[in-house]
Amino acid sequence: MNRADLNRTGEHAGTESRRADFPLLVANPGLHYLDSAATSQKPKIVLDALRGFYESANANPHRGAYSLSVRATECYHQARVRIAQFLGVRDSDCLIFTRGTTEGLNLVAGSWGFANITNEDEIVVTALDHHANFVPWQVLAMRKGAKFRVCELTPDGRIDLDFLSGLLNARTKIVAFNHVSNALGTINPIDEIVRLVREKTDAILVCDGAQSAPHFPVSFDSLGIDFYAFSGHKMLGPMGIGGLIGTRAMLEEMPPYQTGGDMIELVHDDRTTWNVLPHKFEAGTPNAANAVGLAAAVDYLESIGMDEVIAHERSLMALAQERLAAIDGLRIYGPPPAQRSGVVSFTLADVHPHDLATILDGEGVCIRAGHHCAQPLMRRLDVPATARASFYVYNDESDIDALITGIIKAREIFTYAEA
Amino acid sequence: MPRPETSAELSALYQEMILDHYRRPRNKGTLENPDASVEMNNPLCGDEIGLQVAFDGDQISDVKFSGRGCSISLASASMMTQLLKGKTRVEIDSIRKRFRELMLGGEPPADEQELGSLRALSGVARFPARVKCALLAWNALESALAAKAVNEG
Repeated sequence: MNRADLNRTGEHAGTESRRADFPLLVANPGLHYLDSAATSQKPKIVLDALRGFYESANANPHRGAYSLSVRATECYHQARVRIAQFLGVRDSDCLIFTRGTTEGLNLVAGSWGFANITNEDEIVVTALDHHANFVPWQVLAMRKGAKFRVCELTPDGRIDLDFLSGLLNARTKIVAFNHVSNALGTINPIDEIVRLVREKTDAILVCDGAQSAPHFPVSFDSLGIDFYAFSGHKMLGPMGIGGLIGTRAMLEEMPPYQTGGDMIELVHDDRTTWNVLPHKFEAGTPNAANAVGLAAAVDYLESIGMDEVIAHERSLMALAQERLAAIDGLRIYGPPPAQRSGVVSFTLADVHPHDLATILDGEGVCIRAGHHCAQPLMRRLDVPATARASFYVYNDESDIDALITGIIKAREIFTYAEA
Repeated sequence: MPRPETSAELSALYQEMILDHYRRPRNKGTLENPDASVEMNNPLCGDEIGLQVAFDGDQISDVKFSGRGCSISLASASMMTQLLKGKTRVEIDSIRKRFRELMLGGEPPADEQELGSLRALSGVARFPARVKCALLAWNALESALAAKAVNEG
């Protein structure tokens, strides 16, 4: 989805509350959960799916000749097909289940990167990246003696495309970037990045999709990138499940990431051959139950419609933006709302974000305060930390009311020591 | 749902003395010739502190800190440096122990004198997520004392 589409759908945001579908929110009526960019809450159908798997299908997939194991295998396979379909992947064997985005990115760095990068090569990341899409490439570059280059940002926190263009050359072998910034909510212009990189290099394109897959329609097959990693727990699914999507050509050529059971074809004393995709990259007993849970989360998201998900978030974000901007001493970071997902990152005068988060907690408001696992970005913004509120399907205007009330209270607490 | 922060607890946390030390930290800066110098940060939140200590025999003769952080971590560092000046190693060990007890929820006795203004931080114990902020400067102090001991050894 590009920005023009987002703007078109921004008008008809649904305001009906979906809190009733989320047991934790039902059990805590005073809770205002505004930290979905860290992890989302889980709807009942996801919890039911987990329980359902363990109660009716639990066995080790791909192992047993008995029918229960066949059932477990089938559940796991169907989950993969369902999630691949949701993310626009026609060839579902190209979706590798991982623990989450971090493991997916490390898989590419450890497998493709380790096999292909030399000391003549260059790796490009951006200053907007999460540590999970920064450190694996930095470590790879150091191990291989390759050059590690960081793309600078515009003052309002977007990837500086001119700077990026200047970094790219025939030695560039990997370009890693995030689809949406977790710290600022910036939606990066993926089409333009792909065009630039393809024009000037033979590099592989690795996209951190942790903050895009949960929030708007993503179709991997039409993105024109080589790899896309995502996390289930940020999209209403369980913790500990996510995936890496790659093109078949790339995945076929890559060596395994981890070795062990399930990923082999034949093991001899002196050599081993590998299983086919996706199993080649899934050593050990798979996380079948969580895959089934994530498939249920995908069903839930599709029942709302991803266009509606982003429209809902953006209408809340726009309202929050307006009300926050009216608070004296409050500074909002990142590009204008039209170029962001449902994230607002801000600071309040000289109140440290941790102090703000503690005071907001007293109002039942959960926000993230800190560096958002994006220290290179914080350094460029010249702040040690920001406060971040992020919106999702279960949030409504009452959450913004509570946020504003808490911020005003923080101002009051901190005001009497001014002077 | 753990949500212990009532208004009273927030007021106990953000006492005027803490906000005063946050806005006007004492002993902020660097020493010219420290006997021990430590940099420490909290990787979870990015707070940073540098602590420099000068000794005169067994006593801390001067101490300064630098860095950035929240009100709790800076106030703790500021009040800690105030209290440490002129204290002997034995006195410091006792203060460190008492302060850690305070952070773990041990109520200070009414006639508690040892911790002085640091008692203002007793409200932190009710906020487990913030105890690490209050202890950052103290962890730096322990490293500085250990570094001094190694140098002497």
